[in-house]
Amino acid sequence: MNGNLYIRLIPLLPLAGFLFNGILGRRLPKWLVTAVALLAPLAAFGVVLWAALLTLAPMELRSWSGNGALPTAVALPYVETCPIPWINAGTIHIDFSFVLDQLSLVILLVVTGVGFLIHVYSVGYMSHEDGYARYFSYLNLFLFFMTVLVLAGNALLMFVGWEGVGLASYLLIGFYFQKDSAANAGKKAFIVNRIGDFGFLIGIFLLIGNFGTLTFSAISAKLIASPAWQGGVLTTIALCLLLGACGKSAQLPLYIWLPDAMEGPTPVSALIHAATMVTAGVYMIARTHVLFDHAPYALGVVAIVGAATALFAATIGLVQNDIKRVLAYSTISQLGYMFLGCGVAAYSAAIFHLVTHAFFKALLFLAAGSVIHAIGGEQDLRKMGGLWKKLPVTFAVTTVGVLAIAGFFPFAGFFSKDAILYAAYLQGPSGRLLWFVGLITALLTSFYMFRLWYMAFLGKPRGEAHHHHSTPWSMLGPLVILALLSICGGWVGVERFSAYLSPSVGARNAESGIAHLELILSIVAVAVALLGWFIADLLYRQKPAGPAQLAEALPGSYKLLANKYWVDEIYGAAVVKPLLNISQYVLGWVVEVGILGGLAWLLAGIATFTGAILQRWQSGNLRSYAAWLAAGAAAVLLFALVPWATVWPDSMEFIRKAAGH
Amino acid sequence: MHLILFFLFAGFCLAGAINLLLQSHPINSALSLVVVMTSLAVLYLLLGAEFLAAAQVIVYSGAIMVLFTFVVMLLNAGREERTLGSRSARVVGFPAVVVILGVLATVILHAQGLGVAGLRDGITATEDLSRVLFHELLLPFEVTSILILIAILGAVALARHGAGDGHHHTGERTSTK
Amino acid sequence: MNSLFSQEIPITWYLLLSAVLFSLGVLGFLIKRNLITVFMSIELMLNAVNLSFVTFAHQWHAVKGQIFVFFVMMVAAAEAAVGLAIIIAVFRARATLAVDRIDLMKL
Repeated sequence: MNGNLYIRLIPLLPLAGFLFNGILGRRLPKWLVTAVALLAPLAAFGVVLWAALLTLAPMELRSWSGNGALPTAVALPYVETCPIPWINAGTIHIDFSFVLDQLSLVILLVVTGVGFLIHVYSVGYMSHEDGYARYFSYLNLFLFFMTVLVLAGNALLMFVGWEGVGLASYLLIGFYFQKDSAANAGKKAFIVNRIGDFGFLIGIFLLIGNFGTLTFSAISAKLIASPAWQGGVLTTIALCLLLGACGKSAQLPLYIWLPDAMEGPTPVSALIHAATMVTAGVYMIARTHVLFDHAPYALGVVAIVGAATALFAATIGLVQNDIKRVLAYSTISQLGYMFLGCGVAAYSAAIFHLVTHAFFKALLFLAAGSVIHAIGGEQDLRKMGGLWKKLPVTFAVTTVGVLAIAGFFPFAGFFSKDAILYAAYLQGPSGRLLWFVGLITALLTSFYMFRLWYMAFLGKPRGEAHHHHSTPWSMLGPLVILALLSICGGWVGVERFSAYLSPSVGARNAESGIAHLELILSIVAVAVALLGWFIADLLYRQKPAGPAQLAEALPGSYKLLANKYWVDEIYGAAVVKPLLNISQYVLGWVVEVGILGGLAWLLAGIATFTGAILQRWQSGNLRSYAAWLAAGAAAVLLFALVPWATVWPDSMEFIRKAAGH
Repeated sequence: MHLILFFLFAGFCLAGAINLLLQSHPINSALSLVVVMTSLAVLYLLLGAEFLAAAQVIVYSGAIMVLFTFVVMLLNAGREERTLGSRSARVVGFPAVVVILGVLATVILHAQGLGVAGLRDGITATEDLSRVLFHELLLPFEVTSILILIAILGAVALARHGAGDGHHHTGERTSTK
Repeated sequence: MNSLFSQEIPITWYLLLSAVLFSLGVLGFLIKRNLITVFMSIELMLNAVNLSFVTFAHQWHAVKGQIFVFFVMMVAAAEAAVGLAIIIAVFRARATLAVDRIDLMKL
């Protein structure tokens, strides 16, 4: 335990990058901005790698390195606390403390690694944009807050990171702020996140109230020490935290911001709204998993929310025509899987899926970005087609990504998705239901991903002939790396992964009475994915008129799905409009004008009234002044010369009581 | 003897004071005040303060009251006008006066240890007075002289023609009220 | 003859006279409408106080009491001079000596 990992550098390096590019970026040459912007996440990734190396089992290290070439290993969990105190209020002590354990190390590898790749990609994608320096400064800001969130050792510091990534997301969604739709999308994301944050805050208050501390390790220790403490207030806390997670991770009912967030640049969608920020909710639940374990009802709600969201989003994704919208709904759906995994207490499976999803979803988004960039900004699938010849590398990596997300063996998605479905199946009859929902969702996922694949790349070109930009290597490089990760990212295997994570998220429960149950369920899942591919092939390659006929055959359901179940409109009518009316009429007229204005008027009126009365004393009339002078003199004489103690014996008592004895 | 003298001149004092209040023309009030001052001088003499009696006559009756008379005649103000009066002066003022008189009288009447005054009691020698004045209280004496100098300067500056009119050299304004 | 000269009266009467004169001075200060007469009432008040000083000086054989009266006279003289100069200035500006008419700070 005597190595210094300097984990405080992990947030501070991106922060430095943000400050440098944010303040000076506009005046500096582009190469300098790029260099600084890429150096920050790369350096942070380097620190994380170094920490990973130092914390692996020393035996293996020494055997690999040949006796003592590397410094002494550091044991996890590793805590670094800032010496500056933060909050010391009575019994509540909250510090800036960073905690590195297995969970945060894994997530940090993903965040900084994938983050760095997306930074490299952005160099090529955003090279012609105006706000180049601003973009990279915002990206670095996001990395700063995300790393703070992941490394936070207590709930309040995590909340700082939570809010911060929301801020960075708002800034980046509204990057093209001259466009109304982008600005509105940014606002929508921030406001909907706020609703979730409200839940998180209530959860924090309840945590302080019931535990007296916000440090995760302390809370976990307290809960482990009293295994009989279940349900009740713990359920409430867990549900509040779940509300926060729903907001950040776009689950029902707070998912509405994520499709609109596609207004931002595509690398932003890849980084924030696929790989990292939206996974913060899953991370939070995994971090506080001891709390959720003690609140089984809340855990059930998590699973149901996850499964429902997965299915719901997948159905909407079936009929979307914008390539990024399809991927957005796919993200929501996959996040639902992760929540399902958490909900059945398979936290390591959920994190595993988080990691693999980061790989292939980022890959898919970046590939979509490459397509959009190549055909000059067109995002409608109906106008694409036949791109496999013109963009061969993009086509290859997209194929890898689609196979991974559909869950085919041996790509990454297979291992992680099956781990979740298996864990769900083990939970009894309700677990079987969840497993079935997950299975249907897998079918739909496979279908719409292959639909995207067919519509975008195969077939005959449907759009106008565009001027094709060739894709620079800065965009292709990350694509290839992510594709490789999508292929072999799952080969770690869920058992080794869970074993590694178990000190921080608990052991994996994989006992089932039936032999080879896991294998059977995996085969079922692959079969379902194949079915989805087959249907997509049927409708989009063999019978190109098929989708239109299907839409005409089921007009009601098609309209329902195409309009996203009219959720936005329902929210607008049920929530937004009444709020606006209340603001305008109740708060605007009654409170602002009536109460506050009346109060101000009252105070001023009192002053004026008193002044008017007192004004009459200042008459300028000499005799009146003289009279009051005489009266004052008389009063002074009266009180000074009369021996009150003898004249009125009670007066001494009266004066003493008035003075407060 | 002392009693008769006291009553006589105390009566003059009171009569003069009441007359001061009752007269409507200021010159009559000024002359009544002269009577009061002079009677007080006699009372000082009865109490053994011969220097003060002389000073009272010379300074007060002889200089200050003459100054008052001069000013009254100079300004030629005439009889008092019947102005609106001040309600608060009556409502607040009279009770105040009653209270003052009542308190003072009560305190005086209840005071212990006060002696008597008679013709037999010695007269304070002026020499003693001057010894204290010019030895112990020399500084206040000199300061008083400076005070009087300042008063002279102030009076001259204030009463000068054109002084006190500010920057509008309006001179004598006829009353516009 | 001896009895005539040996008559003595209590000091208290002098003090009462002083109190009455003082009250009359305050009364004049309140009810008179001519500025000069008001000023004269103030002089009356000062004299009443002088009388009580002399009385106490006689009572306790303290010369300092009489010296204080001396100083009061000096100050009263200075005050009268300046006060009357002010009254003249006011009369010149206002052409009236009625107390109720002089009610503005600005002349």
